[in-house]
Amino acid sequence: MHTFGYRANALLTFAITALAFICAIASFSDKFSNQNPSAEIQILNINRFKKQSHGNDEVSLTLDISADLQSLFTWNTKQVFVFVAAEYETPKNSLNQVSLWDAIIPAKEDAKFRIQVSNKYRFIDQGQNLRGKEFNLTLHWHVMPKTGKMFADKIVMPGYSLPDAYR
Amino acid sequence: MDWQGQKLAEQLMQILLLIAAVMAFVVGYATASFRTMMLIYAGGVVLTTLITIPNWPCFNRHPLKWLDPSEAEKYPKPEVVAVSSKKKSSKK
Repeated sequence: MHTFGYRANALLTFAITALAFICAIASFSDKFSNQNPSAEIQILNINRFKKQSHGNDEVSLTLDISADLQSLFTWNTKQVFVFVAAEYETPKNSLNQVSLWDAIIPAKEDAKFRIQVSNKYRFIDQGQNLRGKEFNLTLHWHVMPKTGKMFADKIVMPGYSLPDAYR
Repeated sequence: MDWQGQKLAEQLMQILLLIAAVMAFVVGYATASFRTMMLIYAGGVVLTTLITIPNWPCFNRHPLKWLDPSEAEKYPKPEVVAVSSKKKSSKK
């Protein structure tokens, strides 16, 4: 502690250690928040359902997505990444997950929403298995904190199905 | 700074930083604002820097008593003998 440099070094090290400590506690405090998100998805229309030139099925749909993810936001949340995936089974793959739409929610006010949108990403199967296929639509979310570990969860909504013939 | 001053400066630094961290967390959690927590903590760090790093006079209240140069001349330094330098090299 006999020179400026020595004291400055000691102060800086201690300050950064204490900062790491309060960030860890801030991240831990997230565990005490009560989270009850909800969501609902309706398929408004199947716009196109055809077989591509190289043999795979492709669907284009319009979705009505409504969700209330406001309870996921805490003081330590930077943003929430949300996406909708269609999940189904085929003889070739026991689980297919195709991402149809995603969004980034930057603040709590934007977390309660309802939109009608056609799928942002193409719904293409590996094969021709989609006729009459029953599938689940799952809403996944990833909560990205300002400090700490990211965690993810989902809501599974079963009971959707595609028509039996191409349109 | 003298020895007492150094000890005081170190203790003061640790206590002030701890208080700044605790205050920052409590206020930040209460207002649910991460930004507030960071700002309060940064303010606390700057305040601690201003208090403990410069050579304030309050840290020099027990100055060391150096020997007066006229006294030192009365007792000449002992001559360096060859044996002592050999001892040093074997220690290394």
